[in-house]
Amino acid sequence: MTNAASSERTADVQEEDLRRVWANPTGWRYWTSVNNTQIGLWYGSAAFIFMLFAGVLALLVRLQLAVPDNDFLSADMFNQAFTLHGTVMMFLFAVPIFEAVAIFLLPSMLGARELPFPRLSAFGFWSFALGGVFVCGSIFFNAAPNSGWFMYPPLATDKEYSGIGADIWLLGLSFIEVASIAAAVEIIVGIMKCRAPGMRINMMPLFAWYLLIVGGMILFAFPPLIAGDILFEMERMFDWPFFDAKRGGDPLLWQHLFWIFGHPEVYIIFLPAIALMAMIVPTFAQRPIIGYSWIVLAAVGTGFLSFGLWVHHMFTTGLPQISLAFFSAASEAVAIPTGVQIFVFIATMLAGRVIFSLPMLFGAGGLAIFVIGGLTGVMVALAPFDWQAHDTYFVVAHLHYVLIGGMLFPVLAGIYYYYPLINARKLSDRLGKIAFWLMFIGFNVAFFPMHLTGLRGMPRRVFTYPAEVGWDLLNLISTVGAFIFATGVALVVIDILRPKHREPKGKMNPWNAGTLEWISEPEENWGVRSIPIIKSRYPLWDQPGLIDDINKGRFYLPDTQDGRRETLVTSVLDADPVQCLRVGGTSYLTIISALSLGGVFIALTFHWWLLTVLCGIVTLGAILIWLWTGTSEIPKRNERDIGLGVTLPLYVSGPASVGWWAMFITMAGDGTAFASLMFGYFFYWTIHPDFTAGLPGPGAGWPIVAVALFALAWLAMLLARHANANDRVWMARLSLLGSVPITLAACLAGLAGPYLHDMQPTVHVYPAIVWVISLWTVLHGLVAIIMQLYCLAGSFAGRLTASYDADLRNVMLYWHFLMITAMISFGVLGLFPEVR
Amino acid sequence: MRLIPREVETLWTLFTGPVVWALHFLACYAAAAIYCAKASEAPFSFDALRLSLFAITVVALVAILAAAWLSWRQWGFGSGDPPHDAPTRHDRLLFQGFATLLLSGLSFIAVIFVSVPLLFIEVCAR
Ligand code: HEM
Ligand SMILES: [Cu+2]
Repeated sequence: MTNAASSERTADVQEEDLRRVWANPTGWRYWTSVNNTQIGLWYGSAAFIFMLFAGVLALLVRLQLAVPDNDFLSADMFNQAFTLHGTVMMFLFAVPIFEAVAIFLLPSMLGARELPFPRLSAFGFWSFALGGVFVCGSIFFNAAPNSGWFMYPPLATDKEYSGIGADIWLLGLSFIEVASIAAAVEIIVGIMKCRAPGMRINMMPLFAWYLLIVGGMILFAFPPLIAGDILFEMERMFDWPFFDAKRGGDPLLWQHLFWIFGHPEVYIIFLPAIALMAMIVPTFAQRPIIGYSWIVLAAVGTGFLSFGLWVHHMFTTGLPQISLAFFSAASEAVAIPTGVQIFVFIATMLAGRVIFSLPMLFGAGGLAIFVIGGLTGVMVALAPFDWQAHDTYFVVAHLHYVLIGGMLFPVLAGIYYYYPLINARKLSDRLGKIAFWLMFIGFNVAFFPMHLTGLRGMPRRVFTYPAEVGWDLLNLISTVGAFIFATGVALVVIDILRPKHREPKGKMNPWNAGTLEWISEPEENWGVRSIPIIKSRYPLWDQPGLIDDINKGRFYLPDTQDGRRETLVTSVLDADPVQCLRVGGTSYLTIISALSLGGVFIALTFHWWLLTVLCGIVTLGAILIWLWTGTSEIPKRNERDIGLGVTLPLYVSGPASVGWWAMFITMAGDGTAFASLMFGYFFYWTIHPDFTAGLPGPGAGWPIVAVALFALAWLAMLLARHANANDRVWMARLSLLGSVPITLAACLAGLAGPYLHDMQPTVHVYPAIVWVISLWTVLHGLVAIIMQLYCLAGSFAGRLTASYDADLRNVMLYWHFLMITAMISFGVLGLFPEVR
Repeated sequence: MRLIPREVETLWTLFTGPVVWALHFLACYAAAAIYCAKASEAPFSFDALRLSLFAITVVALVAILAAAWLSWRQWGFGSGDPPHDAPTRHDRLLFQGFATLLLSGLSFIAVIFVSVPLLFIEVCAR
């Protein structure tokens, strides 16, 4: 046999092995898959279905408003319909669809086999699906939330009015927020650490830049809402008066926490849509993007500025004018980076020869709509104008122009563009064009008149209106437009669903795009056949023969070892290979933990305490088994030859490992939630002359003891890590064991302050906020104890040793955060009332 | 000790300008919100608050200028033009410098935007 022939045979064998290792299970076990490409598809489809459901609700709303004095829907049904519409569109469609697209596209776009935590993605998906069905289903039992998608108290805290709907909203969405944060962890670590060798940060696809920023935004935007949810649920469940003005609470705190989340959220939605455009425009201009760095500027700039805008949703709440002015100014500033992106696209199109295909049509139409919405945005960002327009249909018009133009149209552009990656065929050009024009015209017919209805004074969220006030014609036009728009959407759905197996398969990369995601083949699960070396921003244009070399397995990791799924970890800036990472494979554990965690939230909604505890135990167990069997496994060999003469370690720990980064990112989000609770504490301090209302505080003594004990436990942990690293095993075990009771004592000391001073959380907001902050910290302490015991068990089981210490180092990182949390929380609770 | 720091290679320098903007914004918002809520007990006047926020604004602007200068240096003082897309460490550095410089510019403008109300609004609320 010749050399060439034999190497070809090896390649074939390797390919078979790879296919087997990456194969999804068949039959009903298919649903236990954890492959990111698969999860991305499920995620996207689920989000799309939720969108259609919310769309139907919108049509009901429009029917009710078509004519004056209509009684098609009852007032209460109307309230449920628009609340669920907004909630589902924002939480179950707009954000998740991008997590879906990202999870689907990123592996091949980055030239990776897989993102680092596929099981986490699966967990996120199942959480999302369960939470979504729970929230949507409520309307069929006449139990949907009915106080608007932003759930303002005191309306939403009024149990008489809001019934169980508000709890469904709070708990269902908290659960989904967990899924979002899981996705953010996956996306951030994936983009930073799993790019193909050579893909330095100046060569990352723009989509990845945007998603990196969006991941960061999720981390700082969602936790304030989670903190708000906690306060809200404590009020609804146990009558702790956080938003009850009679007992020192303040509904405005909810508005702050909601919009600190809510405004960044609109950019969390908008940026990924623009990211899709940043992939599509260069392809159809057939040239690299002009102003790559400018796009990075815009993405990062928008990401930051969007956190300085939240009060523009609160212009009419009577905040000091100087505060309003700060936020008004920042709201105008954000128009700059937003504009930059649009100019970059226009410049790229002008410089290339544009092929005006369907994705471009949707993209351009969307941007045109978005620009109008941006203009009305700049109008309502001026406080005096907003005092007139707030809570009228003008705002409804604004938000739909930005959301549909800035997100729905780009998503559809993305679907038309990327569909060949799912099915190897394109969607119909003819149907698509008809759909586009129906949607474009229908949209403007529906929403443009709303500017006028708003200026004529029609408030949003009224279920009907009298005939004399001059709103009837405009409303009727809007309803007609809505149905035209819906017809367009229906055509898209038909086009996606119609069977296509009789059509011939198209060729790979049908649009002749330059970026790496187009190497992925719909039938294969392995992300890439071999992991290439990247030398250009548009490798498919600039690296001749690349696809062939990848598919013949001529690059890194063409083979498998030990039957494990593997991918490469590379350095952040220059993407030098640093580790061969073994990622988790198919597993039930993800579904079990997601479903049981869902059980916790659902049982809480109905106050089934016993079931809550049971589900909690199952969740904890499942997660522990998942961690024990699926992470930080000690490999048989230390190193792995990944081909092309490179050998990499299989196990790394500390900041070099992806697990450490995941912990860091999670804790950054956790810290933000904690900061939001502290914000609440000081908020109450500012609004009252004496925020303790003369009630007893926790005193200074016990909180100081708590901090001291936490510090002691933290030192013991440091000692444990140090001893373990020096192979002084017993020393490490003893300090681990010793830190357990100290942590427990610290927790008890933390609770002793409010408990021994008989602070009654239902009496006034001051004791309530002290209790919440103490409980938050103590709960983290209890989790820390579980981690200590886990490490101890690991040490005895021989999976935690001097050179294999990833678990201990991650736990140590958790402890650093815990130490800061404990210092701030007990420091403030104990000392602030004394010194103020 | 050197007066001007040496070049550091990390992703985080990219965010210097925006972080300064965020700190400045937070300082303005928190100071005004607390002052206006507690105006009756405040030991100093609103004008004094505005003046000190002006001082903070100047500090923020200087910090952004410093970051801009460092990034300008990283960009080789403009010696090469974008796109900086070659597969080399050198081009990666130039890209980082250029992008950081752009972000410093945006942050500079945004800080000025946010501080304009300090000029014109003389009381907490009318
Ligand atoms: C130039 C940029 C923008 C500015 C200055 C701006 C400004 C505003 C202001 C001041 C409001 C509050 C109006 C009121 O309630 O009285 C508002 C509402 C809203 N904006 Fe924007 N906006 C901008 C871009 C966007 C984008 C890009 C999106 C989403 C992709 C968006 C989504 C929304 C939503 C959903 C609401 C309504 C929230 C509600 O009350 O239910 N905006 N915008
Ligand atoms: Cu906003």
